[in-house]
Amino acid sequence: MIPELGTFSLILALLCAILQGIFPLLGAHRTHYHWMNLARSAAWSQLVFVGLAYACLTASFLSHDFSVRYVALNSNTQLPVIYLISGVWAGHEGSLLLWALILAGWTGAVERCSSAIPQEMLARVIAVMGLVSTGFLLFIIMTSSPFARQFPIPLEGNDLNPLLQDPGLAIHPPILYLGYVGFSVPFAFGIAALLAGRLDGAWARWSRPWTLFAWTFLTIGIALGSWWAYNELGWGGWWFWDPVENASFMPWLVGTALVHSLAATEKRGVFKAWTVLLALFAFSLSLLGTFLVRSGVLTSVHAFANDPARGVFILIFLSIVVGLSLGLYAWRAPSVRSTLVTSPISRESFILINNILLMVTTATILLGTLYPLVMDALGLGKISVGAPYFNSVFVPLTVPLVLLLGTASVIRWKQDKLKRLLWILTPILLISFVIGVLWPVFYMPHYSSVAILGVTLGVWTFATAVVGVWSRTSGGNRWRRLRNTPSSFYGMTLAHIGVGVFAIGISLTSAFSVEKQVRMAPGDHQLIGGYDFRFDGVIDVRGANYVAQRGVITVFKDGLPVSRLEPEKRTYQIQQNPMTEAGIEAGLMRDLYVSLGEPLDDGRSWGLRLYLKPFIRWIWLGALLIAIGGLIAAFDRRYRLQSRNRSLSPSTATTPPVGI
Amino acid sequence: MTPRRRQRLVLVGLIVVGCTIATGLALLALRENINLFFSPSQIVEGTAPSNTTIRLGGMVVAGSVQRGDNLGVTFVLTDFAEQVTVAYEGILPDLFREGQGIVTQGKLDSTGRFVAEQVLAKHNETYMPPEVNDALRKVMTVGQ
Repeated sequence: MIPELGTFSLILALLCAILQGIFPLLGAHRTHYHWMNLARSAAWSQLVFVGLAYACLTASFLSHDFSVRYVALNSNTQLPVIYLISGVWAGHEGSLLLWALILAGWTGAVERCSSAIPQEMLARVIAVMGLVSTGFLLFIIMTSSPFARQFPIPLEGNDLNPLLQDPGLAIHPPILYLGYVGFSVPFAFGIAALLAGRLDGAWARWSRPWTLFAWTFLTIGIALGSWWAYNELGWGGWWFWDPVENASFMPWLVGTALVHSLAATEKRGVFKAWTVLLALFAFSLSLLGTFLVRSGVLTSVHAFANDPARGVFILIFLSIVVGLSLGLYAWRAPSVRSTLVTSPISRESFILINNILLMVTTATILLGTLYPLVMDALGLGKISVGAPYFNSVFVPLTVPLVLLLGTASVIRWKQDKLKRLLWILTPILLISFVIGVLWPVFYMPHYSSVAILGVTLGVWTFATAVVGVWSRTSGGNRWRRLRNTPSSFYGMTLAHIGVGVFAIGISLTSAFSVEKQVRMAPGDHQLIGGYDFRFDGVIDVRGANYVAQRGVITVFKDGLPVSRLEPEKRTYQIQQNPMTEAGIEAGLMRDLYVSLGEPLDDGRSWGLRLYLKPFIRWIWLGALLIAIGGLIAAFDRRYRLQSRNRSLSPSTATTPPVGI
Repeated sequence: MTPRRRQRLVLVGLIVVGCTIATGLALLALRENINLFFSPSQIVEGTAPSNTTIRLGGMVVAGSVQRGDNLGVTFVLTDFAEQVTVAYEGILPDLFREGQGIVTQGKLDSTGRFVAEQVLAKHNETYMPPEVNDALRKVMTVGQ
């Protein structure tokens, strides 16, 4: 009964989405206020019905209704409740439902927070989101209903994939989706502005906080995924250039370009057409990501074995969305007049170079990700493009990006003096380089140019960010000026510092990590980077729905015990998959990391992976700072103040009151 | 030339320069880092180059896994037509087991043995890497 209710509400949600997509758009075109008003009620009803469908699926999970195929495939009676709830998005069908729910949620949020936006604009925005939602709901209902029943009804479910039974991974997909789907908001604003032919500063100001929220969620989502891979896969790595990782990283890069370009458009009225194009690209890449992950065309840890009909549907949907939006862009954008950039020595021209670098980086990653697919489709052989490709194109493109970032923190809008910049920046660069050379020399085992480069860049971004705040608030009462500086500026500063922390983390980890795969019998010692690892043997333990062998490793430094690591090799009772849980002692300066390989022939010895990972925490710390920076910028008071002022202005007062 | 035109020209110039650099980098990197996929039959036929990093995929033959000293291990991969022995030094992934489809990456040595640097098994016991699946299917259809 409950699953049928779910299907029914999905269909109702689809009907609402269709109404929401068509009538407000026509209403805005013909200035028909009742039709425009339909946007609100349709959006809210859609949210209610998708939410109801989602609740039905959750209820089916909680009540172990194995007559529902999806529930039987992804859960089990012994599964802890938290994983029953997160099991909803463990597979293809449920994660699409989550996607639709989040899209409806963003639409509701836009409706709530946009009382100041003119009614035609809001109607168009909500309608565009309704059209996107229509596509997704059609997809769910036609090709991948999570409520499909099966007969005979199995007595026991197939269990959740053990890899997903981890709190980090339980929250990774929703956060990532909040980011992915969040880019539909700037996309909808962009389309609405193109339709209206009004690409002004106001449009950039409305889109900016939404873009920042989406981008923040995407940042956290990607960082969580990386952190999970490090904890759970037992390889000690944090980024693999897996196609699915790339699929989330590409919208992030374009989103980063968009965040910067929106700032320039809002402040200075430059790059309007370009900014809209970025908004269209960011969401298109999010859709491409969904296509790549869900269609099963990729060889990847995330690929579900799928039927091709789904891939074809998403591909058609993708071409419609990208084709229509780029067509609209080609038609409307030539009439957009931007303010000109007055001088090459200005923040806006640096933002332009930043944008070009980010887009070029995205293009090379896209090339590496799609190249094997294209070769395969053309019958030119099966190939794989590995991590070395991505590293060798990514690093040369991002190093200049970070150098520019430091400059951009200090440079002024409109026009700056080259002399002033050189006067400030040259000493900072010299100091950064000196620290960059000294740090690895004093704290690290051997010479490494990567480490020197990374630390130099890290100190450079930190110092320029601080100097940027300092020079912005000089003259007059510094305390008052600090308080009056908008929070978007502090957000930017924090995010830039985060990039520096991230750069230090990556470079020191990749330069000085020590990895050993060894055979150890109980009592054996291994010396790694000054740490003495002693293997004390393996004991059997029992968890809620698994049995495990737990290795015990004691780590000594200078003869004193510093840590006791307990990596596990788990076997889940239903799926019988062995799973590695690494034993990690985390630290700001270094991680000690051990994972159990396999028992060897003599019955006592084990294959073990031992790692010393210096500064690896800085990678996620950097990502966290970037995300917090984004959040602080998104909550900038100016966006709200200006929207309040606007609601009092006569231009909007002439529109009839909203409601029935 | 109007300022607007000049600015557009500068922008186009920058994009062209950026794209040129990127294409150059990408082509250079692609040339060195593309790994072609081969099936055991192709290896035995001799179509695969030796001393170049390639990928080899197939099913692990039951009973073929042999541990050597330390962490050395050898096993045999098959596409049900031909077999290739693979040597690997290190810990095998969790889902590596006999009868499972896997992909390895490494080089063919002069004796026709495949020396793997990486062994990949996927995170789902019913999952078969698409390349392996295709290779197996090809053999099946040829065999019939």
